[in-house]
Amino acid sequence: MSNTDTALELYRLMCEIRAFEEEGERLLRAGRLAGNLHLSLGQEAVAAGVCSALAATDHITTTHRGHGHCVAKGGDPERMFAELFGHADGYSKGRAGSMHIADPDSGILGATAIVGGSFGMAIGAAFGAQVLGTGAVAVAFFGEGASAEGTLHEALNLAALWKLPMVFCCENNQYAEMTHVREHISGSIRAIAAAHDLAAEEIDGNDAVAVREAADAAVARARAGEGPTLLECMTYRWSGHYVGDPESYRDPEEVAAGKAADPIALLGERLAAGGEGERLEEIREAANRRIAEAADRAAGGQPASPDLLLADVYAS
Amino acid sequence: MKELKYWRAINEAMAEEMERDESVVLIGEDVGRPGGPYIATKGLYDRFGPTRVRDTPISESTLIGLATGGSMVGLRVIVEIMFLDFLTLAADQLVNHAAKVRSVSGGAFEVPMVMRTMCGAGKNTGPQHGQSLESWVAHIPGLKVVWPSNPADAKGLLKAAVRDPNPVVFIESLQLWASRGEVPEEETLVPIGAAAVPREGGDVTIVSWGGATPRALEAAEALDSRGVDAEVVDLRSLAPLDEETILGSVAKTGRLVVVHDAVRPFGGGAEIAALVAERRFDHLKAPVRRVTSQFAPVPFPPQLEDAYYPGTNDVVDACLASVGEAAAR
Repeated sequence: MSNTDTALELYRLMCEIRAFEEEGERLLRAGRLAGNLHLSLGQEAVAAGVCSALAATDHITTTHRGHGHCVAKGGDPERMFAELFGHADGYSKGRAGSMHIADPDSGILGATAIVGGSFGMAIGAAFGAQVLGTGAVAVAFFGEGASAEGTLHEALNLAALWKLPMVFCCENNQYAEMTHVREHISGSIRAIAAAHDLAAEEIDGNDAVAVREAADAAVARARAGEGPTLLECMTYRWSGHYVGDPESYRDPEEVAAGKAADPIALLGERLAAGGEGERLEEIREAANRRIAEAADRAAGGQPASPDLLLADVYAS
Repeated sequence: MKELKYWRAINEAMAEEMERDESVVLIGEDVGRPGGPYIATKGLYDRFGPTRVRDTPISESTLIGLATGGSMVGLRVIVEIMFLDFLTLAADQLVNHAAKVRSVSGGAFEVPMVMRTMCGAGKNTGPQHGQSLESWVAHIPGLKVVWPSNPADAKGLLKAAVRDPNPVVFIESLQLWASRGEVPEEETLVPIGAAAVPREGGDVTIVSWGGATPRALEAAEALDSRGVDAEVVDLRSLAPLDEETILGSVAKTGRLVVVHDAVRPFGGGAEIAALVAERRFDHLKAPVRRVTSQFAPVPFPPQLEDAYYPGTNDVVDACLASVGEAAAR
């Protein structure tokens, strides 16, 4: 794939993620969804850059803010929306909701609603790949807030010790729920990784191409048996912790400045400068259409019925 | 049949399953070169090599994560969590993650992992190595929980647990570690979810599991000499619970005494008493009795352990009271 093709693919993925999040927000605000949504608006470049570097047979784990990772990894937006609706066609048959997308076909081991909970399955999948010799790589997405959980240290230590084929992808979106990073982290996440002898790199997390290049290198290292890498992608969370968060903890000026570094606009400008401007609108519209149609089809599905409650509690 | 110690039966089960199926791997603190903190994994590192038998850092949470994720992508991971008390460090990965994967994925993923763990009750291990926390895990949908009371069940249940497509918590008793018992020479799986009735009787049902079962059996022998014919139901599995065996026995005897080393409030005895009250109330000839530990942290010195745990005599007394009340009616 040429550099331009890769960039266009990143652009498409980011447009789909943005459309998914905006559609989800619209549906929730319209009272058509139950529960909470944690949006990744503004963070699209990380999901697109990392997931596009992976094969379907590679694995990811993600977080409560994981829609973008799942869309970028090949999750079916219709089944994702069905899950948000609580419909039987959802990935969890409509039982678990927005924070719980899991799909073996696209390599999504699972999202988790537990901060710091995403390392476990990923390190296990990397361990499995190493023992079975499959060549697969596992990526654990996490927010910078999870770096205060002990699970990160356990996982970094073990992954480096065993040279597991793994990438730790930190999305530093500046906020742990409603608390700014300067109030919850002492030192740096890269330094934590370095202390465990991991290769660690800070990346402009709003630059999808930069994320992709770093991910390509990290994935190649993992596949070659050279061990795990930590990527710290610096970005900004546009929306509140959840849809409806009054966001009393930050100034509108800060948010406006954060939104000025729009990863989609950034890549769009670069592509336009390279002569690809005409294709962008087409890509954006196709992405919007794909997501809108997925949401519409999902909306027409069957609500999960109570007889699904006891299904799949155990495998037989 | 051959005679094996409890720990050796566990060791043999792992060796046989690893021999049979290359996807079975073993991880945990000291399970490799040292052969296990209590030698349960002796010889397995030499036999199966460092890829499949791995010593790990002291990272219980990540150990359960390794087992969960590894088991989702094609391995069958046996993970040793040295003591049941250390479940507290791994609870998120077991309870919030491993137990939920099957359901959350809409039935698309399986998690064929076994968490082997030791209960130190009755062996002077004190408040952080001696707790009986089986109710914590039996309360979680998606987990299976087993606790063998003898070498044959230890071997057969562990082999069944390794082959089970669900996360199984396999609890081992330090107080039974060196106990001996007859174990079949030929391959034998003990089904998960099936209780055993090691002693039949008509007067009173004693339900117990794990390390408490030998005391239940001793009590039954002592009761025999006093003219009381006790039936002992050894649950072997707490989740799923073999309700029919319990209910069938109580329907026959009309009297129930539950014995466990866990503390009383919200313990297994409460669940079993409620089950019987709901479904065999009309058969009960006497109140259900629970013989349990005291509601206090586990003590370490022998004289306090004697006062803390349900002893054989406590079980005998509870059964006699049950029969006496019935006779008085």
